[in-house]
Amino acid sequence: MILVVLPAHLRTLAHVQGDVQLEVAAPVTARSVLDALEARYPMLRGTIRDHVTLERRPFLRYFACEQDISFESPDAPLPEAIISGREPFFIIGAIAGG
Amino acid sequence: MSKARVLVGTRKGAFILTADGKRQNWEVSGPYFSGWELYHLKGSPVNPGRIFASQTSGWFGQVIQRSDDGGKTWIQPGTPPGESTPAPGSMPKGESNKFVYEGVAGTHKWYDGTPHPWEFKRVWHLEPSLSDPDTVYAGVEDAALFVSRDGGQNWKELSGLRRHSTGQNWQPGAGGMCLHTILLDPKNHKRIYVAISAAGAFRSDDAGQTWKPINKGLHSPYIPDPDAEVGHCVHRIAHHPSRPDVLFMQKHWDVMRSDNAGDSWREVSGNLPTDFGFVIDVHAHEPETIFVVPIKSDGEHFPPEGKLRVYRSRTGGNDWEALTKGLPQKDCYVDVLRDAMAVDRLDPCGIYFGTTGGQVYASADGGDSWNAIVRDLPAVLSVEVQTLP
Repeated sequence: MILVVLPAHLRTLAHVQGDVQLEVAAPVTARSVLDALEARYPMLRGTIRDHVTLERRPFLRYFACEQDISFESPDAPLPEAIISGREPFFIIGAIAGG
Repeated sequence: MSKARVLVGTRKGAFILTADGKRQNWEVSGPYFSGWELYHLKGSPVNPGRIFASQTSGWFGQVIQRSDDGGKTWIQPGTPPGESTPAPGSMPKGESNKFVYEGVAGTHKWYDGTPHPWEFKRVWHLEPSLSDPDTVYAGVEDAALFVSRDGGQNWKELSGLRRHSTGQNWQPGAGGMCLHTILLDPKNHKRIYVAISAAGAFRSDDAGQTWKPINKGLHSPYIPDPDAEVGHCVHRIAHHPSRPDVLFMQKHWDVMRSDNAGDSWREVSGNLPTDFGFVIDVHAHEPETIFVVPIKSDGEHFPPEGKLRVYRSRTGGNDWEALTKGLPQKDCYVDVLRDAMAVDRLDPCGIYFGTTGGQVYASADGGDSWNAIVRDLPAVLSVEVQTLP
């Protein structure tokens, strides 16, 4: 089970409280996690990645095991701690603006 | 007794203000979608319980929300909360936030005159159909017109506008290249007017398939060709439902009027203290009575002399009177943005406007006197009002 931590505004949009738990088939990558997230919570489509290009929105970052993986290939395997559910996959909004 | 329901979009959420026909005692509900920018909310004239809202964020992009119970509950159209994962091959959900330009988007001009790709940023204005509760138009940045015919679930661009031969020369105004005004003609269902900052006004006579610039008579000395076919920074257009061919415009500078569906315009700024401003609207029962809020200048987006004044013309322009009763007449430095004025259909007509200082002012007597319904909201982006039975 993969744990995903969403920004507060996206938790509200998805009508969830706390972390999200997802079943993700191997290989577990940023892309497959986001695909599973958007399939389970379709109202999040377009809010994290562009609808068409699936590129990450500029003011968001992906973190795994305290590492910013936003600029790595979305098809790179995620760390074992994420796959096993010991560590969450973070989607974080930039601290910017008002 | 009839009621008024005022829909307020702000920088940090939406608010709904309701009162009976006297419009003296108001109930305030919200914030809805707190923390998000609500560029615009508007109810369907056919089904007033149905309200569309544009929820947007620099972080998370565009979200369309819809209420079918007058704003009590909201859904993203086609994606009810809690619905289970769609089966493989079934109709995809989450499409209501998807605004994709038709075909190759191409380029328009950037501020410096260089080509710049057309990029969707947000929905500025939602205009529900006058006859079908499932049809709603969206004016977006970068400027284009979209339509949904299924209650906001799916959006299709009416690309004839963006593909107009002048489109590659359109440039953004200071607020971005936004399509902010959509007027539907109640007497001719194929006629649509739109306005774009800073391209100008356009009219379609075939339900949005093809478009004609309607900017003859506009004069903008701050652009290379002051009388150009396009390039004018139109801030807002309004008309009265009984006379849809008579248009009133607040341009960047100048208040303008057209008596022939935009084919030509003449200035009616008259004795206004400044003819810069954003909002303009028409009295519900007096088609020659119009309202503006003069703003000092494009460099100083606040009222002249720190006095917040609505100006009313009962002659369709040129002769204006200041309406000050109940409005702050000193130390007021708020702005009133282009979508932040509305009129109800009650008698006497009610007029409403919101400020960047978070006040929403209402007049229940055609503008003679004003009261603040609320004073401390986030900066107000839009105000609409529904007149309910």
